Amino acid sequence: MPDNPYAIEATDLTVAYQEKPVLWDVDLRVPPATLMAIVGPNGAGKTTLIKAILGLIRPAAGQVLIYNKPYAEQRRLVGYVPQRGSVDWDFPTNVLDVVMMGRYRSLGWLRRPGSRERALALEALEKVGMAPFADRQISQLSGGQQQRVFLARALVQDAQIYFMDEPFQGVDATTERAIVALLHALRQAGKTVVVVHHDLQTVPEYFDWVTLLNVRRIASGPVAEVFTEQNLRLAYGGRIAFLSRSPHADAEEPPTPDLPMPSPTRREEPYGYPESAA
Amino acid sequence: MDILKVLHDLVFDYTLRTVALGAGTLGIASGALGSFAMLRRQSLLGDAMSHAALPGIVLAFLLTRAKTPLVLMAGAILAGWLATLFMMSLLRTTRLKQDSVLGFILSVFFGFGLMLLTFVQRLPDARQAGLDRFLFGQAATLLERDVITMAALGGVALLAVLAFWKEFKLLSFDPEFGASLGFSMNVLDVILTTLLVIAIVIGLQAVGVVLMSAMVVAPAAAARQWSDRLGVMVVLASAFGMLAGVSGAVLSSTVPHLSTGPTIVLVISAIVLFSFTFATSRGLLWAGLRRLRQRQWLQMEGVLRDLYLLARQHDDSQHPHSQAVLQAMNPGRAGIAHTLNVLAQRGLVRREENGEWSLSTEGARQAQERIENETQDTTMEGTS
Amino acid sequence: MSPAQVEIQLIAAITAAACALPGVFLILRRMAMMSDAISHTVLLGIVVGFFITKDLTSPYLVLGAALTGVLTVSLVELVHRTRLVREDAAVGLVFPALFSIAVLLISRYAGDVHLDTDAVLLGELAFAPFNRFAPFGSDIGPIALYLMGGILLINLFFISLFYKELKLATFDAGLAASLGFAPWLIHYGLMALVSITAVGAFDTVGSVLVVALMVAPPMSAYLLTDRLSRMIALSVAIGVVNAILGYWLAHLLDASIAGSMASMAGITFGVIYLLAPERGLVALARRRARQRWEFAMTMLAIHLFNHEGLPEASQENREEHLSQEVRWAPDFAARVVSRTVEQGWVQRQEGSLNLTELGRQRAKQAIAG
Repeated sequence: MPDNPYAIEATDLTVAYQEKPVLWDVDLRVPPATLMAIVGPNGAGKTTLIKAILGLIRPAAGQVLIYNKPYAEQRRLVGYVPQRGSVDWDFPTNVLDVVMMGRYRSLGWLRRPGSRERALALEALEKVGMAPFADRQISQLSGGQQQRVFLARALVQDAQIYFMDEPFQGVDATTERAIVALLHALRQAGKTVVVVHHDLQTVPEYFDWVTLLNVRRIASGPVAEVFTEQNLRLAYGGRIAFLSRSPHADAEEPPTPDLPMPSPTRREEPYGYPESAA
Repeated sequence: MDILKVLHDLVFDYTLRTVALGAGTLGIASGALGSFAMLRRQSLLGDAMSHAALPGIVLAFLLTRAKTPLVLMAGAILAGWLATLFMMSLLRTTRLKQDSVLGFILSVFFGFGLMLLTFVQRLPDARQAGLDRFLFGQAATLLERDVITMAALGGVALLAVLAFWKEFKLLSFDPEFGASLGFSMNVLDVILTTLLVIAIVIGLQAVGVVLMSAMVVAPAAAARQWSDRLGVMVVLASAFGMLAGVSGAVLSSTVPHLSTGPTIVLVISAIVLFSFTFATSRGLLWAGLRRLRQRQWLQMEGVLRDLYLLARQHDDSQHPHSQAVLQAMNPGRAGIAHTLNVLAQRGLVRREENGEWSLSTEGARQAQERIENETQDTTMEGTS
Repeated sequence: MSPAQVEIQLIAAITAAACALPGVFLILRRMAMMSDAISHTVLLGIVVGFFITKDLTSPYLVLGAALTGVLTVSLVELVHRTRLVREDAAVGLVFPALFSIAVLLISRYAGDVHLDTDAVLLGELAFAPFNRFAPFGSDIGPIALYLMGGILLINLFFISLFYKELKLATFDAGLAASLGFAPWLIHYGLMALVSITAVGAFDTVGSVLVVALMVAPPMSAYLLTDRLSRMIALSVAIGVVNAILGYWLAHLLDASIAGSMASMAGITFGVIYLLAPERGLVALARRRARQRWEFAMTMLAIHLFNHEGLPEASQENREEHLSQEVRWAPDFAARVVSRTVEQGWVQRQEGSLNLTELGRQRAKQAIAG
């Protein structure tokens, strides 16, 4: 379909660390203006998948097309939100400076950010409700605030497609709401967002597409079609954890018991019909 | 020591001027590059690289039979590079950890260099004399041409840092994001590591391989305490490095039997100690004072709340209670009398005529506010 | 060989063995750089001890050195605990400062004694036989031999006595603590051993090369075995062989013995790194090459399995597809295909590939992990 290309099209993506496969032959087709969650158990290769798409890891096989062209040519269309824990938050820099890093690509080598970059960064901080913190040293931020800074940094990239690695991990309720609002605003603007997600409970509410992953692709498509109990069992090997969300907003990792726990509120429904996100 | 005399000598005395200039240059370069090394958790890389440079220096001499500073430094830089490559290969292909690999590089390369050096020293070639000053550094033997080479190399390194400022910041803070932007982190890593090797090699002749590592770590560690901005930190680290270099040179020239290298290291160590203790915001002294004040504040809050809760049982938020009751609510806690006095000074509590204590209107309001906040705000994060 | 040559080799071998013993635990506990720090700072202990006893051969110097080693470790921990800098930076701050103090003390106050920086840093094994041990007037060998021999015995004694505790504290400090062993006691005990060894060896091999003797042989052994006991034995053996070979290398070049021993340790490690049966570079390359084929074949099977019975299967299972979409070079793809056909995983039918039952099983196995 050359006139209606997929935003992301990955074919036969295989990744191995030290010859040990972490992703087997994954195909992925994501249409534009979609919010897609990647879910799967720990060690399923969720982060690896987006890193491979972003070219941060060299795949053993397969290719990635962004709007029908190889990734390398389309890099400017892509924005990335790494895991919050991947950097040293004690680094001597402030919020505005981190956000301006999102402009570095359009600046290219050697050129310095100037007043235009500053204005764009402030605008992005405004969108995530962090503008008052622009001059704050990054070590003074809470987990949720750190996450919003990373989101703002991706926003100033002004990309068409965003990849976010566990943006909801360990954030407070305010930040979670802010991220969801942001996701919806991005979709409204025709952007595609791919999110590595942990909380199965919120998948139908937050996203319209979902990819179930466990080393290979279990299923990928609209939430209504794909987010079924059968597929979840395939992905999680019977260890589905449908539980109410952790009340501890700051918990680093939501507890995931090993036994299947049907959610009391959603017992009768087919898993995750999008009621609120219609 | 006469300050004017020292200043006069700094300008007019050839030896002192040369030594001070050389030591200052090395301080500036190692301060700037050391800052990046520290932020990238590579503080001990400098130690390994300065040791690894020794065989490079001796081999460069063996091959060219020339003692031109540029030739020797080129050899040192090459050896430093080989060491880094070997280190990366070991870390990638074996289960050996960074500390082992660093220890291996520094000791084995140094041993190899020492073997070569003693071998060269027994050759019937008088030109080798003085190669051994790279071991411990002899700032006093610095010549003008050495300092010119040092300044030229240091200048190039600093210009490169300036040119690649934003890229180096990206590499140090979030290399993965940098790679996703399309910057080649490998290329940047190569450039930054080369610059670090250059900064180290600059200092070898003045302070020697053993103490050079201190000049990589210490200025950066001191500077980090004073600023939360990368730019300020790098400038400060350079300034500290230069200060240590120059004052070390001056001290060792005025006090007999005070070798330059160790003196420079002790000066920078003193700067580190001072920074750790007194630096604003991060310094231990201020942090301790803050903790003390916080504890006081918590105690005041506790007393206010206790008075309020007690008074509420009487349907009168300002109902007085004796100090003994308060003490009974907090068994084992000292200083309640003091806390009450402080609270009274701030107009939050009142001492009644019978010696009992009651909340003032303002105190009652504040206590109520706190308790309400506490019950309401259990999951939301404070934004302060 | 002259008697002096034999004595030098004996001292070298004993020093190497004494260093390798604590070295094993330094490597395993990720504290190799601590040996660098300690071997420098023991100089301070020696200098201070010398000022007190006025005697360079006093046994109190060893005690002083051991204390400085422990002091270094606690200072590093103190600096690290302020959370103002990371641990590696803490090491880099503490030891140059202590070492500088020692060097300045020597140059200012001990200029005319046999205690100069060169000797401390570099050592000179060739002079060791001149210092004789002659209790009651009868010469029974060089002092260094008895000193290092004693230190070797202490190391052996400590490590065999606390072998179980050391092992536990090294591999699972948390468990060790919960079982009632005090990991910190083991930790400081080990650091004291490192200090004593460093101070004994500073005279003969110098402080930098102590690090080589402590680090390089255990690293070589670590590439050869997984068993702690075997690693200790191998480290000692490698250290001793390096020492003897290093001596003859020095003899050949008329160069520093300590430097040659360190070079030899480096060469030995290089050879083992290249040729170690399982972890060597050659073995690694071989294994990777083999795995590459297995990996590619499995991948082909999974690829076919994933698309089996789906509408796009007729597209996906064509041979041309492999080079176009999977991004295999055409001849590599062809070889992978023919290998899978040979193995009976895949059947060719008019240019398209179909899994056999065996191939399907392989794919399922691989997916199940």
